[in-house]
Formats: sequence, structure tokens, C-alpha cells
Amino acid sequence: MIRFEPREHVSPLRRVAAPVVAAIAALAVASLAIAAAGAPVLEAYGLMAKGAFGSAFAMSELLARATPLIFTGLAAAVAFRAKLWNIGGEGQLYAGALAAVAVGTGALALPGPLLIPTVILAGALAGGLLMLIPALLKVRLGADEVVTTLLLNFVVILFVQMMLEGPMKDPMGMGWPQSEPMLDEAMLPKLMDRMRVHAGLILALVAALGVHILLKRTVWGFETRAVGENPEAARHAGIPVTATFLRVALLSGGLAGLAGVGEVAGLKGYLTADLSPGFGYAGIVVAMLAGLSPVGVVVAALFIAGVFVGADSMSRAIGVSNYLADLVVATSLICVLVSGLFVRFKVRIVRPGTGRGTA
Amino acid sequence: MTVPEEAPPIALSLSGITKRFGALTANEAVDLDLRRGEIVALLGENGAGKTTLMNILFGHYVADEGEVRVAGPDGTLVPLEPGSPHAALEAGIGMVHQHFTLAENLTAFENIVLGTAPLLSARLASRAAREKLQELMRRSGLVVDLDARISRLSVGEKQRVEILKALYRDARVLVLDEPTAVLTPLESETLFETLKALAAQGLAIVFISHKLAEVLAASDRIAVLRLGRKVADLPAADCDRQKLAELMVGHEVTMSRREPQAAGEVLLALSAVTCGEGRDTVSDIGFALRAGEILGIAGVSGNGQAMLARLLSGLERQTSGDIRLAGREIRAHDAADMIRAGVARIPEDRHRDGVVGAMSVAENLVIEEIRSSRYQRFGFLDFRAIADRAVEAIASYDIRCPGGSAVARLLSGGNIQKIVLARTLDASPSVVLAAQPSRGLDIGATGDVHRRLLEARGRGAGVILISEDLDELFALSDRIAVIHRGRLSPPRPAEELDRAAVGLMMAGQHTEDAAA
Repeated sequence: MIRFEPREHVSPLRRVAAPVVAAIAALAVASLAIAAAGAPVLEAYGLMAKGAFGSAFAMSELLARATPLIFTGLAAAVAFRAKLWNIGGEGQLYAGALAAVAVGTGALALPGPLLIPTVILAGALAGGLLMLIPALLKVRLGADEVVTTLLLNFVVILFVQMMLEGPMKDPMGMGWPQSEPMLDEAMLPKLMDRMRVHAGLILALVAALGVHILLKRTVWGFETRAVGENPEAARHAGIPVTATFLRVALLSGGLAGLAGVGEVAGLKGYLTADLSPGFGYAGIVVAMLAGLSPVGVVVAALFIAGVFVGADSMSRAIGVSNYLADLVVATSLICVLVSGLFVRFKVRIVRPGTGRGTA
Repeated sequence: MTVPEEAPPIALSLSGITKRFGALTANEAVDLDLRRGEIVALLGENGAGKTTLMNILFGHYVADEGEVRVAGPDGTLVPLEPGSPHAALEAGIGMVHQHFTLAENLTAFENIVLGTAPLLSARLASRAAREKLQELMRRSGLVVDLDARISRLSVGEKQRVEILKALYRDARVLVLDEPTAVLTPLESETLFETLKALAAQGLAIVFISHKLAEVLAASDRIAVLRLGRKVADLPAADCDRQKLAELMVGHEVTMSRREPQAAGEVLLALSAVTCGEGRDTVSDIGFALRAGEILGIAGVSGNGQAMLARLLSGLERQTSGDIRLAGREIRAHDAADMIRAGVARIPEDRHRDGVVGAMSVAENLVIEEIRSSRYQRFGFLDFRAIADRAVEAIASYDIRCPGGSAVARLLSGGNIQKIVLARTLDASPSVVLAAQPSRGLDIGATGDVHRRLLEARGRGAGVILISEDLDELFALSDRIAVIHRGRLSPPRPAEELDRAAVGLMMAGQHTEDAAA
């Protein structure tokens, strides 16, 4: 028989080690799938590593892929800290991208130095306002935000498709459902010549630092943590619980919206309905792997991005499907949840009959 | 009660029980024998190891050392398989937990029979079960409506169902964990009469308590636990309150005394206040709290005192009536407003409402004032000021913790209450609302709470003390009112009341009409 006994004290080392072990476990589980596909496991992982870190191009791809994941990871982390379960990062990403495209394709005639900040702000605002809807439904009517944010994703993506087939369709797009291209002045600058990594990465790193400071050092973060850990006690102590939820919702949605801004204004230059391969959802895994720490989000985003980029490259080389990346991401979420159990509990195997436990 | 010449056979024997949780030793080499027909009280402060010991007995925990032996049907003692509640049940040990383990949506009968018969044959066995239960109810005097849903039963009735459940499983040893914690004084008396009757029929009974009065009144023998060790095992007849209190805490105990003091002007006045619906309501409540007095509000939990506390804590708004604080009407329902208005609020459930367990002691000490310029500048926290405040409060309130950065959750209930006291009372409030402030606290921590409340009164604050502990109410209150089903009796000077009268009023019998 197996017993779980709560630990009285959780060492910080164990807290840091858990997600690392989870990530390794996820790769180990995925190796079964590689073996089942008939490919050599070690070679496959070697190719993955090379594809993610092996060259300047690989590094650029990795960083470009990590950028939206940092934003959506932060969005999830900040919301989860307040126990506001924002599963709607994907929809907020699209809302941000839509707003960025709307502003950045010439709707506003602004000079470049003003246009870029406006595009960024519009994207963040769109994501934030979108998240405000489920947050208001939660605080006013008690609607479960897991359901509302998740379902809003589909609403938003359908809305984006409608816009791309209708009012925002590019007349020069040969009939493809895509938006007009962004103005050159509205595009985020590239960080390196002929590489895809763009200034959105800088913005993401600044956002991670900003969120870190906000949570750790400000009254606002204090109140967010208090509301997340114990809303009853927070309310009793006079903390404005509703206002805190709404602020967190705006911030979380805004961060996810920035992920969309980076994708259209940093990479693609126009909006399509397949802009994101699930960055919003992967952001949840990133946040969980990071233990909801903003700095950890950067590390976790690099890991997940590495898996995606590496798997793409590997599948080109040895013909294992790049769905493997999704498998690793999904398994690592499961592994990190299980590892959380081991962080909080001690497992004791109890031999039947005697009932005596051994650690 | 004296031990008869020929002692009845031993029903249960714990020997050398030791249980450690990490660095903490919850039980150390505890021996305890229980004879048939005997009621033993297990007395001790919180954390003394009472519940741990009983959980080992019932198989929830496994002892690191020691052995539990139970008398079989033929009277010989056989070792009990550790770590198996099933084995404990088989051996005739019945446990009534503090928090009942009943399915609210099933009937009393279904709850009692649940788990004793295979599901498929339950219907067939039902007639026999019913007959057996009728016989048990007749013999024990524990009468409940077997077909009533648990959710409709009172707390006292639920407890009776729990005891019947144990008896139905042919318990020869009955363990009750803090059985009176949720009962009215009257219900407690009834319970102990029942237990005595059951003991007379040969049942061996252990009950856990930290209330001296009931331990003295109801048990044959008293075992005192302190810091996991058994420090005394005495016939109840040889004990008195003072002696037991000292055995429990390990040193002399002095009780706080209330000095006579004239009350000042009215600080808080409620008139015709109504709020809430369902069970936890207050209806048409009115009283005036004066400076320098403690107004005790007696009542059994669930009679509206929680709602009254929420109302005065700024968590709820009245549906009608008005509340005036120093003459000014209070309309908003916002805890921050109440804090600004000088109302210190000590919540009933200190773990849920009092502290954010995952945050540090220091953070919990400043949480009510986190927006004041004392602890922040331009929205950035002043960590130095917060740490200084923690050092000061930890020293002056004797909060036992590794330091201000320790996580509040890891502190004992008494120390958590000290955090709440330091946070609320250091701001020199004009009104103090103390809801069940010593519930679940040990004698030492209770003494601290009482001293602080009396200090606030001495300073000229008006204190509302909501409690169900008559000892506490009579020791501290200048005036006492009783809340029952949401209605509050007119407050009367404590000197004019006695415990019996208040006990009856708590049960809903309005003797004050006759007395007035």
C-alpha cells in the first residue's frame, strides 16, 4: 500500500529540482514514442538538440519561438498566482494580434516612433479587455472562468476568421483569408540580420522582469498574492478582492495580447487564422513548469521552444512526426503536476500485513 | 468514584506508544489502559497529542513504537493490526470524530448501515438492521428519527447518529474526539448522561477534551497529556480544576481578573438590524456598546453570531436597521472602512479569515495597513518598515516563530491568534469585535487573549465578545446578551445572571421573561 504524508517543510532545492526532473521525465516518456516509430532514440534527441541550439540560425529560431511563449507563460503565471484560471491565452493572443493589425496596417497615420508603441498598446489592451469579460462574469455572477476563458478562445478565433474573410481581408491576397500586411514602420525591428528573432524578445524579457518586480515588491503584488492564497482572509483584511481580480485579469490578458503583437508585428507581418500553433495553451505548461515564477517562465519558455524547434528539425532529418513536440509538452505538464505531488508529500510504501511504513 | 475492589477486565491497552512527525514527537511512550464500564477523559492542551493517540488507536496513523491491544470476545488481549481502521472496527473500536463523517444527503438509517452490509443485500438486511437499531436506541436512550435526512438533523442529533453508528458495529470501546465542541451546555449534559448509561452497560469510553469542567463532571478517570507524554492518570474524584490546569500546562496558572470599571459613552449602536437568510441570520437586533465595557454575546454556533460578526467586520451589509459607530451611520460594507473607523476585528475562523497561511508572519502583521504610507512608497513595499514592525510585534506579543519571514501556516493556532491580536489591537481601536477568540486555543494562549481584551477595555475601548464558552463569558463580560435563532436578548449585567440561566437561554428557553 502506498501512503502520502504531507511534508511540513519543503526545501527550495526540491522546488527547483521538481520541474527539471519533470522535464527530463517528459523526454524519457517521449523516447518510448520515438522508439515505437522505429527511430534511434539517442540520435533523435541529438538531432533535436542540434536543431534547437546547434547553430546561430537554430538559436534565432529558438528565441523567436520562445518570445510568444514567454508572454503567454507570464499571462498564465500572473493569473494563476491570483488563482484566476485564465485558460484563454490563445484567444487573447489573437485579440492582441487583431488589434495590432488593425492599427498597424494604416488605420492610424502616425510616424514610426509613435506607431510601434501604439501597436503594442492596442494589442495589450485588446487582450486585457477580452480577459476582463470572464473576470467580470466571475466576480459578478460566479461564472467559472475556466469554462468561460476556454470557450472564448473559439469565439475569438471564429471572429478572427470572419474578419479575415470579410472587412479585414487583404484585397491583394489572391483570395487567401489573410489581413493586409502591416506597414513597415509598424513592424518591430529584427535583432539580427536575416534572422527571425525580433525586438519582441526584448519586450518579453522586460515584461518578465516587470512582472517579477510587480509581484515581489509592490503593494499591488502583495494584494495579488494575498487574494490568490486566501481570498477570505484578504477580504477580511480590507484588501479590495474584486478590484484585484480585475487588475490581474487586465494584466494577464494584456500579456497574452502582446504575444499576438509579437507574432504579427515581429514575424509574420500580417494576420492569418493559423497564427498560433497553440502558444496560448503551451503558455499554461510554461507557467506550471516555471512554478508560476516570472523568471522561471523565461527558462521554461526556452525549454518548450527548444522542444518545438528541435522536433521540427528532427522530423525533417529522420522522419519522426513533429507531433512528438506536442507529446513532450503535454507529458511535461503531467509530469510537473505529478512532481508537485512529490514536492508537497512524502511517499511511504507500507508493507501489507504489518502496516509498518518504510520511507 | 472509587475503583471497585475487583476491577473489571481491561478492554483496551495502549503500551509505549511513540509517534514522531519529523522533528516533532507527538506521543512519547504513552501507556493507557481502559477497563470495561469505565469513562476515561483524555485531557490536554492543543498539540499535546490527544488526537494523534486516538488516531493511532483507530488506525489512521501507525505508531513508530508501542502496541495497541484489544480484548477479544473472550476477554483475552490481542494485538491490533496497526494502520488499519478496518481492523479497529473489527476489533470493536468505534470512533466519533470531531467533524462528523456522515453523508448529508442520506438518512440516519442509511448512514448507520452504510458499509456494514454488501450493497446488493442491503435491502434484504434492512428489516433486521432496523430491529437491531430499535433495540439499541431503547437500551442506550439515544433516540433519533431513523428516516430523517442527515442535513435536516441538529448537531446534537448528528452526534447521536455517529454514536449509534459505532454501537451498531458492536463497539466495545467508544472513542469521542472533543464531543462537546459543537453542543449547547444542555446537549452536553444529555450526552454525558447517555455515556454514563452506556458505560454502566459495560462499554469502555474514552473522550478527548480540554474543558476542565466537563472532564471533572463526566469521567471516572482522567489521563493528562502534555507535550506528547502522559503526565498524570488519576481518578476524577482526586482532581480539581486548579490541579488539572497546572498538570496540563506544566506550571502555575493565574486567571485574568476583570476589575470594576464605569462604562463611558456609547461607541457602537445597532438598532433593529436584520441581515442574511437561511440558518445564519440576525433579525431585529439592537444593542449599545459603551466605552470601557465588554459586552458578551453568548450563543451556540449557528444561531446568527457568525453573521453578526461578518456584519460588524464589514463583510456583509444589513438588509434593514442601522448601525452607528460613534454616532455616525455606517452604510458601506467594506472591511477597509471598518478598519479606518477604528474597529478591530478578530475573526472566528482564524485560519480562514485571520491570516493568509502561505504568506509570512510579517506580511500578515501589516496586511490591514499595507496601503498606509507606513509600509509603502509610490506603491513599492517598504521591506525595512515591514520587517521592523514584525520584530516589534513578535517581541511584544510573544509570537513564537522562527522570525518575521516564517510562513504563517506553520504556526500553532495560539500564535496565529497572536498575529491577529497584534495586527488589530496595536492600532488602538475604539471598538473590538472578538468572535470566539479563544476557541481551540490552549490555556496559555487563552490567557493571553483574555489579558489583551481586558487591556483594550481598560484603555477605554468597547469590546464585543462573541463566545459559546460560559466560563470565558462570565470571566470577562460586564454585560451579557444571548443570541438564539438570530434574535438577541437584551444585554444584562453579568452579575445578575447565572450560568444555568444563560445556558437555558442559549437553548432557546427565555427565562429572562420570567426574571425581568
